[in-house]
Amino acid sequence: MGEVIGSVDIDHLVLAAATAAQGATSRTVLEAVEAEFLGKRSELAGAHRSLGSMDEQARKSAGAVLNAARVQIQQAIEECRVGVEAAERSALLEADRLDLTEVVSSSIASPVRRGHQHVISQTQAELEDVFIGMGFTVADGPEVETDWFNFEALNIPPAHPARGMWDTFYLELGEPETVVLRTHTSPVQIHLMEDAVANDTLPIHAVMPGRCFRRDTPDARHLHTFHQIEGLVIDRGMTFVDLAGVIQTFTTAYFGADISSRLRPAFFPFTEPSAEYEITCTICHGEGCRTCSQTGWIELGGCGMVDPAVLHAVGIDPEEYSGFAFGFGIDRCAQMRHQIADMRALVENDLRFVEQF
Amino acid sequence: MKIPLSWLQSFAPFPSDVALLTAMLDDLGLVVEGSERVGEGLEEVVCARVLSIEPIEGADKIRKITVDAGGEPLVIVCGAWNFEEGDVVPLAPVGAVLPGGFAIAKRKMRGVSSHGMLCSAKELGVGDDQGGLLVLSDLVGSDPGVKLMELLGITADVVFDLSAEGNRPDAWSVLGVAKDLAARLSLEVTMPSFGVAAASGNATSTSASAANAVPSQCSGLTVTAAHGVVVGASPPLIAQRLALSGMRPINNVVDASNYVMLELGQPTHAYDLDSLAGPALGVRLAHPGETLVTLDGVERTLGLAGRGLGQLPEDLVIVDGDDAVVGIAGVMGGGATEIHEETSALLLEAACFDAMAIARTSKKLGLRSEASNRFERGVDPELAGAATKRFFEILSLTCPELTVDEPSLTAAGARAPRTLIRATPARFASLLGVDLDGETIGTLLGPLGFLVEHDGEFLDITVPTNRPDIRSMPLGIADVAEEIVRTYGYARLERRFPSWPAPGGLSQSQRLRRHLRAVLVGLGLDEVWTPTLVPETDAHALHLDEPLVTLANPLAEQERALRSSLLPGMLTALRYNADRRQDEARFFEIGTAFTHPDVASAPRSAKAGAGGGAATALPQESTHLVVTLRDNRDDATTAVALWWALHEALKLEEAELVQPIDGSLVPANLLAGHHPTRSALIRSRTTGVNYGLVGEVDAPVLEAFGVERGSRVGLLVLDVTLLEDSGLVPRRTLRATPVSRYPSSDIDLAFTLQNVTPAGRLKEALVAAAGDLCTSVTLFDVYRGQGLPEDRRSLAYSLRFEAQDRTLTDDEVGALRAACIAAAEQVGAVLR
Ligand SMILES: [Zn+2]
Repeated sequence: MGEVIGSVDIDHLVLAAATAAQGATSRTVLEAVEAEFLGKRSELAGAHRSLGSMDEQARKSAGAVLNAARVQIQQAIEECRVGVEAAERSALLEADRLDLTEVVSSSIASPVRRGHQHVISQTQAELEDVFIGMGFTVADGPEVETDWFNFEALNIPPAHPARGMWDTFYLELGEPETVVLRTHTSPVQIHLMEDAVANDTLPIHAVMPGRCFRRDTPDARHLHTFHQIEGLVIDRGMTFVDLAGVIQTFTTAYFGADISSRLRPAFFPFTEPSAEYEITCTICHGEGCRTCSQTGWIELGGCGMVDPAVLHAVGIDPEEYSGFAFGFGIDRCAQMRHQIADMRALVENDLRFVEQF
Repeated sequence: MKIPLSWLQSFAPFPSDVALLTAMLDDLGLVVEGSERVGEGLEEVVCARVLSIEPIEGADKIRKITVDAGGEPLVIVCGAWNFEEGDVVPLAPVGAVLPGGFAIAKRKMRGVSSHGMLCSAKELGVGDDQGGLLVLSDLVGSDPGVKLMELLGITADVVFDLSAEGNRPDAWSVLGVAKDLAARLSLEVTMPSFGVAAASGNATSTSASAANAVPSQCSGLTVTAAHGVVVGASPPLIAQRLALSGMRPINNVVDASNYVMLELGQPTHAYDLDSLAGPALGVRLAHPGETLVTLDGVERTLGLAGRGLGQLPEDLVIVDGDDAVVGIAGVMGGGATEIHEETSALLLEAACFDAMAIARTSKKLGLRSEASNRFERGVDPELAGAATKRFFEILSLTCPELTVDEPSLTAAGARAPRTLIRATPARFASLLGVDLDGETIGTLLGPLGFLVEHDGEFLDITVPTNRPDIRSMPLGIADVAEEIVRTYGYARLERRFPSWPAPGGLSQSQRLRRHLRAVLVGLGLDEVWTPTLVPETDAHALHLDEPLVTLANPLAEQERALRSSLLPGMLTALRYNADRRQDEARFFEIGTAFTHPDVASAPRSAKAGAGGGAATALPQESTHLVVTLRDNRDDATTAVALWWALHEALKLEEAELVQPIDGSLVPANLLAGHHPTRSALIRSRTTGVNYGLVGEVDAPVLEAFGVERGSRVGLLVLDVTLLEDSGLVPRRTLRATPVSRYPSSDIDLAFTLQNVTPAGRLKEALVAAAGDLCTSVTLFDVYRGQGLPEDRRSLAYSLRFEAQDRTLTDDEVGALRAACIAAAEQVGAVLR
């Protein structure tokens, strides 16, 4: 016999509680066990109430015994709870079990309905198709890049103020600020050129669509995650005049015969000479409106002759090959074509939006 | 950068046609972000002396003011209270149209006729104060009737807001813009003069000294001492030009320095000579931990290493004769040596610092200034002398007693040699596609300060010192080519579409992705785009305990990780729609899932760091296709049916569905969130490669992402990167099989099979036994319940047989039937 407090045999009680907990087969039963042994009407609670009639010395020691017993009972129940929950979960899973090789496909009722491709992937495909028609192949590249591909090989050396032109997300990998979420699709240019040099497969005529990231608080006009398409031509005899021709051909092919392009001097570290690429405002067709700030033109992207420093970085001889690059936003094209007022709709995936495209 | 037209016109007689100038500046690459007319509407406003102030009966907010505006006394009703009788205030008479188009008319208020309006600074557009009238009493010459514009020295002007590109340090000044415009318009640029000069002081006793301890980062430090300084307000013209350019006038010394910086592009700094240890300045590297309280009152700690680009623990500082730091070179001066009201002598610093050095310090301290912005772009190393001269010329306008110690002392540093570009006109043509002869190139470049000399077929082009952006040979050829085509005019260029013999097209993997999209859309699914950046808790909710790829500088905590699975984003999309009473949705997404290099099965590695000298392990990027089905009654069976439809569309060699799932066979993120007893691995029968998962989302996962309890969500996940490789996931042969001319025979067989044995096993046995004559084995009914033991279900298959060369006989079909039954018995099936 163990200690008896207020007619309760404590050791016996602890043992009985542990046995009851171990016998529980469900959470419900376990909760009942908990109420029986630890609840307000439990023997333990009764024993606690009997403390009031004891002298101080006895109350202290009996109180300690009761508290120890409570902890022991709680532990026993908790230990069982893990097992009971696992057993319940596995019973549920067992009851739910389905042999996926006994699915009778012909019995699946499915509404007759056509789905919708996301407006961005549709726009990307349309842009790709225009460029494919112009003789471009389509290349992909990774979304995580090193500073070498995203910056340095593109003539943006470390600590160069030009790096400030891009708000960059850095990853917690490698040395600080060496691994980035690509801020543009331009690093794909470097991969293409390095591969072409290594495999002796120059020239290059490619466009590179893809997801890019800039650390910029999203608003109605910008998201920090966006899509770009970039073009690169490296061949013998390519000039600024050829670039202007490619830009113009693309512009009318994609936007329509009444939309024209123009180039304006600009600065990008990876092209020289560089230009901003503008098109006739698609809202007012050049008349001037609020969208184009009354100029009749809207800025679409950047372009230029590949900087000799970039060619040098990838081992292409600028005396033998020249080339040009251009790039602009896929999301921006979609925004213009569909007059999307708030770009954040693109990532909300609201069916009422998705189903419009 | 804001530039008043009048300031530009002080260099050359430019036209005033704003539209013409805007188009021209745009075409020169000096993009006009906006232009604003100032001083418009003030022509009629005059000074008026208040003769009397009387109350108006029944009005407590307005009073009757009688003024003398140079003619008959006028009665004006006014609501301002900040003036007294005898004060001079601005009056807009009847007929005036104030800035913003507000027309003044005769009005009657509380029975009193008002003949104009007394104006506040804000109403006139000459300041922000709208607390009361602009009181002019203290200004010399504020006599009744005097035009306000005359009194304030305001002229009507146009302010252009220009944005110059990072490679045009020269254009970051009024002079630079004037030079570009003048070249386009064939006008001559002349340096404007205020027609005053400071007297020369004693060159021997107080002459300044300069020391340069870092010649590699400071190409010159010019120091000049001056006495007889009286600190006060700048002349109205100087103050007005600064204000229009967006700089607040402070005092004549600081204003002169700012004026020179805006006009010429050379930052200078004036120190209070008496606060220095004598007339000496030097430039050196800060000692580690050295501090300075800058002009803005903030204590800056210098000479320490920063993060990333600011890694180098080097900061250039300006020190006085006692080697005490008095300024952060090229960024900001110190507070203790600032020009103050009592300053009577000053020391002027005009220097040229290395662009990278200033950029580094500015980034490290998070401190940008007009000066640092200019040094980061590159300042003309030959400009210090001209800037010093111009500074004292402007200061002389307000300090008649000014004496300047001459000559200035310059501590020279290492100066890069003048950049020389040597190329043939044909070389430029090979870049630009337009043939320009040497003479034309000379005409285009000359006005920009380039010296073009002919040497046989070559051109020797000397680059002006204000163009540090132009690189040396051979890279500089491209830079000069840009200057040629910029002045020539981009708009004049021909457009030629080049052609090449190679065809365009998509890669195989791109074609696959397009195909997947087309098929899934055809099957009624909607494509979604869910975030790449997700909270770290997403992975925890999926019980993915592998390390995550995380951002060092997320914009928000819930965007710290790169997604390892697309599923959380898609469940969030389901929930988003459910919250808007759009419960039923079938979504798919094709996107990148990231795996930390430490646990990647195929980690990438790439050149990284300065010079690409180090190799860094990068995350594995897998393209995943994820489908979530939550239309009416969708569950794992819908997912399976969808998978077989997709399987058919992709013309894959037969896949098998494998249960239970062995998690060690595929990357954890491919399996994330699946229901353990209602999902199967997708495996190629031919190669044994596991490339996907089909089934259902686990209930606790649905709950974690807020998808309503009790609903089921069908799930299909494919590793598209594996699927792209037809070696791993083989395609069916392209060869067509001829269609048999003979009738086929069907037999239906129903078996009972133990629940623990997959139906697929039975089907495999049937397919094997039925042999080559069998064209299909199709499950058409599953039954459990009455009449069957609890541990068995009934599976009914339909088998079709045909031969290419004959009609099968009953005996042949009978034999096949018997073989099938025997084979079924081998896997424990019993014919019903
Ligand atoms: Zn427009």
